[in-house]
Amino acid sequence: MSVVSKSPEETLASVVVVDYGLGNLRSVTRGLERAGADVEITDDPEAFAAADGVVLPGVGAFREGVENADPIREDLLEVVERGQPLFGICLGMQMLLTSSEEGETDGDAAVKGLDLVPGTNVRFSDGQKVPHMGWNELEVAREHPLVEGIDGEYAYFVHSYYAVPERDEAAVATTDYEREFPSIVANDEGTVFGTQFHPEKSGETGLQILRNFVEICAEER
Amino acid sequence: MTLTKRIIPCIDVDLDEDGNPAVYTGVHFEDLKYTGDPVEMAKAYNESGADEFVFLDITASADGRETMLDVVNRVADEVFIPLTVGGGIRTTEDIKETLRAGADKVSITTGALERPELINEGAKAFGSQCIVISVDAKRRYDEGGEHYVEVDGESCWFECTKKGGREGTGIDVLEWAAEAESRGAGELFVNSIDKDGTKDGYDLPLTEAVCDVVDTPVIASSGCGSPDDMYDVFTKAGADAGLAASIFHFDEYSIEETKAHLDERGVPVRR
Repeated sequence: MSVVSKSPEETLASVVVVDYGLGNLRSVTRGLERAGADVEITDDPEAFAAADGVVLPGVGAFREGVENADPIREDLLEVVERGQPLFGICLGMQMLLTSSEEGETDGDAAVKGLDLVPGTNVRFSDGQKVPHMGWNELEVAREHPLVEGIDGEYAYFVHSYYAVPERDEAAVATTDYEREFPSIVANDEGTVFGTQFHPEKSGETGLQILRNFVEICAEER
Repeated sequence: MTLTKRIIPCIDVDLDEDGNPAVYTGVHFEDLKYTGDPVEMAKAYNESGADEFVFLDITASADGRETMLDVVNRVADEVFIPLTVGGGIRTTEDIKETLRAGADKVSITTGALERPELINEGAKAFGSQCIVISVDAKRRYDEGGEHYVEVDGESCWFECTKKGGREGTGIDVLEWAAEAESRGAGELFVNSIDKDGTKDGYDLPLTEAVCDVVDTPVIASSGCGSPDDMYDVFTKAGADAGLAASIFHFDEYSIEETKAHLDERGVPVRR
């Protein structure tokens, strides 16, 4: 059962939480601090470059997220080019993909995701209650440092769309909600990854994922 | 596995004689009993496996509100599970302030009945996922309703009430639930004035009727006296989450015990 862990004595890595005007950044910040990170909340690209890792949070709609993040789009892509870890949470994860049914996918009006994990996001339509809200189980599908110690544990989800990556290998963990969907995705290099659920709201399992992330960042130092 | 049923302890926050926050548990929304410090209680519940918390500011005063935000703040720094906060929320500014303090969702009762646009505004500004509409339903056996259900051989409708059931609104709960959903509510929190504090089980006909008219998750509240009541509200009424206060606060049953009971009987829970 969940036990609240204490913050480590000293910070292990510096992490930027990208502030692009969406959502409450307080919980994710506290969670990362508890996991041993020194956290800065900012939209300053210079701070992205200086950090050991970058978190792209987000709640709300795909179009709004992409539009709000547009001024820093190139800067986020540069984070990845430099090989720094980029961690998308919830809408932030969906934005790592190419497109979403929630915004236009074709033509001039197409809403373009970051295309770091090729694929799209589609709405649940198998007769489930939407949004998928609550605690559901994580089944680890392949090795990745982010999922150390969390196979079979539960995480807290709130979402109506789910990722459909082009390559099956992009799914690091899956979850079952009347259908199986990727609850954690990553790119081939393993430096870009995201969780559909909220680790900062997933109790001890969530904190474990945040600790794994901070360790990935510490190795990048 | 699949999505689990959520067990949610509800913590009523009031001020004690010295103006400090304290947890109270009501019976029929009256006769409040002191039960403890809210932050300590939240930590203990988190360790015993609570899936979420609901905090209700029952002071409905400016001092109470201030204290509540401070409690939310401290709980959010300690406990990494979803927090819903309700009590006296009437404007988008109130919503913003509550979310900023660390709440993940706000629960709105009277504020939305008096000005339904608040739901649309809140959903647009902060997302449906954080707008929980709460109803205090009361059974009526008169001709004033729109949807009637059979309860113990008698036909009744459910009225939305204000002020803990003391004031009627004439609004049918089932109409209001559907309207709240269409305006952008992300979850419905269903209280029963008839069952509150009785510990003889949730209002199953009410919960089932609400589950039938909406697709958004329904949190059943009021009347839980045992893990069996939780079992009934999940399996017979179709609730997505069960809220309880006194059975947990007074250690009659722990959350772990409740989950073990449900698990044994085939209800999916997070353990």
